[in-house]
Amino acid sequence: MRAVVTVIGKDAVGILAKVSTKCAEYNANVIEVTQSVLQDLFAMIMLVDITKLNSDFATMADGLTELGQTMGVKIHTMHEDIFNCMHHI
Amino acid sequence: MINTYDVLETIRMIQDDCLDIRTITMGISLLDCIDSDINVACENVYKKITAKAARLVEVGEQIEKELGIPIINKRISVTPIAIVSAACKCSPVPFAHAMDRAAKDVGVNLIGGYTALVPKGFSAGDIELIKSIPEALATTERVCSSVNIGSTKTGINLDACKIMGGIVRECAERTIDSACFGAAKLVVFCNAVEDNPFMAGAFHGVGEPDCMINVGVSGPGVVRAALRKYPDADITKISDVIKEISYKITRVGQLVGTIASKRLGVPFGIVDLSLAPTPAVGDSVAHILEEIGLEKCGTHGTTAALALLNDAVKKGGVMACSRIGGLSGAFIPVSEDAGMIDAAKSGALCIEKLEAMTAVCSVGLDMICIPGDTPADTISAIIADEAAIGMVNNKTTAVRVIPAIGKGVGEELDWGGLFGCGPVMPLKKESPSKFINRGGQIPAPLHSLKN
Repeated sequence: MRAVVTVIGKDAVGILAKVSTKCAEYNANVIEVTQSVLQDLFAMIMLVDITKLNSDFATMADGLTELGQTMGVKIHTMHEDIFNCMHHI
Repeated sequence: MINTYDVLETIRMIQDDCLDIRTITMGISLLDCIDSDINVACENVYKKITAKAARLVEVGEQIEKELGIPIINKRISVTPIAIVSAACKCSPVPFAHAMDRAAKDVGVNLIGGYTALVPKGFSAGDIELIKSIPEALATTERVCSSVNIGSTKTGINLDACKIMGGIVRECAERTIDSACFGAAKLVVFCNAVEDNPFMAGAFHGVGEPDCMINVGVSGPGVVRAALRKYPDADITKISDVIKEISYKITRVGQLVGTIASKRLGVPFGIVDLSLAPTPAVGDSVAHILEEIGLEKCGTHGTTAALALLNDAVKKGGVMACSRIGGLSGAFIPVSEDAGMIDAAKSGALCIEKLEAMTAVCSVGLDMICIPGDTPADTISAIIADEAAIGMVNNKTTAVRVIPAIGKGVGEELDWGGLFGCGPVMPLKKESPSKFINRGGQIPAPLHSLKN
């Protein structure tokens, strides 16, 4: 089971570090990261393995959303199934 | 592996364009609850609903969190109560109370199935149920009612049309304190379907399995946002764009239904491919039609644009899910659609145009406020007109009009929340009484010699 963590907001130093540290707290293993900066809009997408989470999914999603609020960016944590089903036949 | 564009598109659809799953509806059969003692039967009904749907809301919320997509409503539909209550030979109102109590206890906001199916006549329990609808809706909070008065195969039960005109009025009169809301929980159908997940017309047909999960998708905002990128495209391209976006919306419905069915241990029935609006800004079917090129919804061209829209929604959705069902049409609940409210207030949208739209794909005259002094026979005639459109065109049509007791054209009824607010729309003044009072059955139509 994998989830997609999306971080969207104004670019700043240390976003990747803080988000991956938070993922580690929940024992979510980062598998893949892509990031792009368009003008000054930062978009980072992380694919994380959630099979060995030490909490339930909702707790991790809420934790990441809160982290986003403290950094002034938006963080969405969603199961990868929703992207796979929408964009692949 | 991860396509940035795809991920950002999905998030934008949910965050900015109001993509959501409109409802997960659990259909529950109550046939095994029947007992000639009404107290025993009601207790059976309460127990069965609360047992089957105990985890419905919890599972819905879990899925919402995991997939990051709002699931607006979790609801329940049950076997038509006229069938369940027939053996009791008394007023079936206690069943409505049992349903209401069960709905509150499992945490669903609406429960449908206070229903009678009378397309060809009344059997035991039907008249008792129909007569008890005003009391049932006035004394419960979450119960929804529907009556099927006609079908393509049977014709239209004009006696039932006549009765329902009075019942609709009485529902409104008994709930004046809550802006006549009783009438908003009552739908009169022609060609009612057995697996509709949308309220207020949902019931669990007798041909369905014991328990079932049906899903209703939504997303007018997403369709409009997609069309906005093609301001000058020709109409074929517009149809293609709607198909593509509809595919994506429906896939999410299929996914949510599959997960819910697995976690609840209940078979997954159908996805209802309908564009259901909400009063929220950016979630309007009228605004899609305006994006296609109408200055205001309701003007000439509206019927054609709506036909194209809904056909494309279905073509896109068909491939996205394993089984389609329910109403799968365009919902145009006037009070629940910001663009329709505007159009009705400005006079561009009139009841005749709304009726014309139901001939192509709209599922009915829905959430329309009519003057408080409208005679019951006029309401019956509105029902008969709609039923005729459904009967002849082989489709579902419905009437959910709300007589605004004590109010007239230019005023409005405001319920707030998902039900929105509706301006009172003018009707014809001439009386259809003689026609309605003839009673009897309008025979089923011919299916050849079409024109």
